[in-house]
Amino acid sequence: MLQIQCPYCGVRPESEFAYGGEAHIARPTDPSTLNDDQWAEFLYMRTNTKGVHAERWRHARGCNRFFNALRDTTSDRFLAFYRTGEPRPVLAGGKP
Amino acid sequence: MADTTPTRIPASLIDARRSPVVTRRDWLQPLAPRARFTLRGGADARRAAGAAFGLVLPEDACRSAATPTRAALWLGPDEQLLLGLETDTASIQEGLEQALRGIAHSLVDVSHRQTALEISGPHAEAILNGASPLDLSLSAFPVGMCTRTVFEKADVVLWRPRADTFHIEVWRSFTDYVSSLIAEIGREYYPGDGRAA
Ligand SMILES: [Zn+2]
Repeated sequence: MLQIQCPYCGVRPESEFAYGGEAHIARPTDPSTLNDDQWAEFLYMRTNTKGVHAERWRHARGCNRFFNALRDTTSDRFLAFYRTGEPRPVLAGGKP
Repeated sequence: MADTTPTRIPASLIDARRSPVVTRRDWLQPLAPRARFTLRGGADARRAAGAAFGLVLPEDACRSAATPTRAALWLGPDEQLLLGLETDTASIQEGLEQALRGIAHSLVDVSHRQTALEISGPHAEAILNGASPLDLSLSAFPVGMCTRTVFEKADVVLWRPRADTFHIEVWRSFTDYVSSLIAEIGREYYPGDGRAA
């Protein structure tokens, strides 16, 4: 079982968390001005990164808060956890 | 074509699955009904509610504040579970509503949504770890700590009011499941308990 660090509650078992998809995708402020392709781009298109991925998690069966994490999708290792609204951390070693 | 005739379950199996009587165990007790309120709101709501409720509502994650008759449990950065005597339900609600007037908040009476169990004694940590992967040692889960978590498949609120005692808030329809499961795990530590006589 993965251990995930909620920025509020600390390290908890994976079973308390729900995955929330790719992080830092801003909802368009005025969707009515978008054409179908642009709206589809926002709704469905994701980077599907091989490597360091910024993603949302929710401590759904704990404090119920969303937060973000950096995870290496090739090793399943978590590299950083940070609160929603905080910028994506720069990892030591210069990796994005 | 497969035979779809339902298999008849022998009566003895059904009986074996009946929940044990947990009230006879002193290490596992169902607690009396109580007043419960879920408060959502920011720091100003927390301060105003605390003044009316008679406790400083905890600001630190997973911590509680308590008197012999009232308790406030931190469940999230803007969420508190307030516990009180059942007979105080109306006056608690009245006091909180008055104190929170004009402050953005949500206050919900959840007294009947949940029930409470108390598990105590030297094996409390080990028995709870039968269905929870949390580190419940005193250094990781000190007295006063509380959290919403998962007990096997049930959502619960776990609170440690004393070193050897855990208070578990269970969503009402899961009460039998959680108490039976705890009783079953406890048989390893209290072999004399057995099942309901
Ligand atoms: Zn949390």
